[in-house]
Amino acid sequence: MMNFPGSGILKGMVVTARNMIGSYFDRAHAKRLITEQYPEERPTLPEASRSFPFLVFDGQDPEAGMRCVACKICEKECPPQCIFIEQDRDANGKLLRRPKIFDIDISVCMGCQICVESCPFESIRMDNIYEMSSCDRFGSLVIHKGQLLKSNEYYRSINPTEAAETDARIEAARIKKAAAAKVAAEKVAAARAAAAAKAAAEQAAQPPSEPEQPAP
Amino acid sequence: MSFQPHTFSFNESDGAGASTLDVSLGPQHPSTHGVFRMNVRMDGETIVKLQPVFGYLHRNHEKLAESHSWLGTMPYTDRLDYICPITNNWAYAVAVEKLAGIEVPERAEYIRVIVGELTRLQNHTAFLGFILGDMGAWGSALMYAFREREKILDLFEWLTGARMMVNYMRFGGVRCDLPVGWLEKARAYVETYPAFLDEMEQLLTGNEILLARLQGVGVLSGERAINGGLSGPVLRASGIDYDIRKVDGYGVYPRLNFRIPRGTKGDCFDRFMLRILEARESIKILRQAFAQIPEGPTLNPAVKQRGFKPPVGEAYGRIEGPKGELGFHLISEGGEKPYRIHIRPPSLINLTLLEEMCLGTKLADVMVILGSIDIVLGEVDR
Repeated sequence: MMNFPGSGILKGMVVTARNMIGSYFDRAHAKRLITEQYPEERPTLPEASRSFPFLVFDGQDPEAGMRCVACKICEKECPPQCIFIEQDRDANGKLLRRPKIFDIDISVCMGCQICVESCPFESIRMDNIYEMSSCDRFGSLVIHKGQLLKSNEYYRSINPTEAAETDARIEAARIKKAAAAKVAAEKVAAARAAAAAKAAAEQAAQPPSEPEQPAP
Repeated sequence: MSFQPHTFSFNESDGAGASTLDVSLGPQHPSTHGVFRMNVRMDGETIVKLQPVFGYLHRNHEKLAESHSWLGTMPYTDRLDYICPITNNWAYAVAVEKLAGIEVPERAEYIRVIVGELTRLQNHTAFLGFILGDMGAWGSALMYAFREREKILDLFEWLTGARMMVNYMRFGGVRCDLPVGWLEKARAYVETYPAFLDEMEQLLTGNEILLARLQGVGVLSGERAINGGLSGPVLRASGIDYDIRKVDGYGVYPRLNFRIPRGTKGDCFDRFMLRILEARESIKILRQAFAQIPEGPTLNPAVKQRGFKPPVGEAYGRIEGPKGELGFHLISEGGEKPYRIHIRPPSLINLTLLEEMCLGTKLADVMVILGSIDIVLGEVDR
């Protein structure tokens, strides 16, 4: 091996030359050109990639299919306190199980996805959108309910694995609930039948106190 | 009214027949790794006094934790040492698990070792680029290092959803299991890493300019390193055999076979070489972990993450982070929020002996010495 003053520098320059030429021909090393030409080329984000939260709705109508029930757990758990929820009321002032206001301040949100983990209704999920810059610092960085609501199909398109798991969980819960309702209904029906049978038996055992009078 | 610049001033003679010059280095100097200032007094080009000024990146993490839940503090630990967030998560999780006596499933421990050692690899990779930048060689070395680091960050993004702010560890395990195909991809990547290290060594370690800038600069003796409470690569470069992975044997490290590299002189070159050697040992650890990782759960189901309430008491949990001993001292009053969290950041404590290393060297060497300590200001100022 050559070993004279300056040989270390020459060896280093061999490396840089190899990298430079390799960046055109990509021989020995995999993928020398790693720069993505951003506005023209878009990165393919991994499924788990997350930026800001959104609300999932089922079906076609965002308001009708909204999963959120305004339980405010995410509002309480959010570490930087960027969620604001107000529960809806009907005409008589009775609280409804849906939010009237659901705001997320994305200038505060740090994308930690603790809201996603804490949501018991599978309602809030992480989006992977970017390019959300705006010139309006106060108005447009608070995202309202209408902008937050996105369909379950959209969720399936950005994160199929997790969406399939969520759908399976919801389906399992629905089947369980239906089965429980069926069992409860059967129980009620059985109790009713038993009561009716008992009443009938009592009626049969007890002789009629007086014969029925024919109607005059 | 006229503006009087007072930052640059000639002082009274120090009695040696020469007057000294005070220079404020930073806080925006590109090679200070962030916003960090040094008030330097020079005699000619030689440093006679150096006073570090901290706090430009202070974000109050310790106080913030007191108003957050135990789980809500986890994402804030990502932002301490933002070059290697996973080990910060790990240290916090280890401390809470010690406080509450939580068992961690075996698969989760292996996942922690794998992501932790990948973090060490990417930290040392970034270090190789940064220290060349500190020497004035902006360009090739930094770009090669960041190209390599980005591949590890891609693995993290696939696993956790974020390149850097991962928020991955949970009390009693990790948040999610490895995605399908992740392990194979990571294994294939780690096998390409030694070639990168060889290339970097060919590029750097024989280079006469680099040797001249690093050898014999910023010498720190082992005794002084211990007295200063230093840890991590800076301590080991001074010849002290102290690695918490061996000393504490946390996680599954006792089952893994690896060596602890040590320096002999304690100069900048030892610190530089030690990172390369440590990265090579990390590859060994990763190979063993890939071979041994079992199937099973990744999170202890008995632990309630939301509304987590540890028992009353205090605990100090620590791990060997890429930069040194990273510890969390937690005090719990049994509530949903910590009473107090104190963080022992390796960067800050390693920085305390900066003046001692710099005295008597030239101004240009200060940057190299600072770079060889490998600090991140997010962790120094917290």
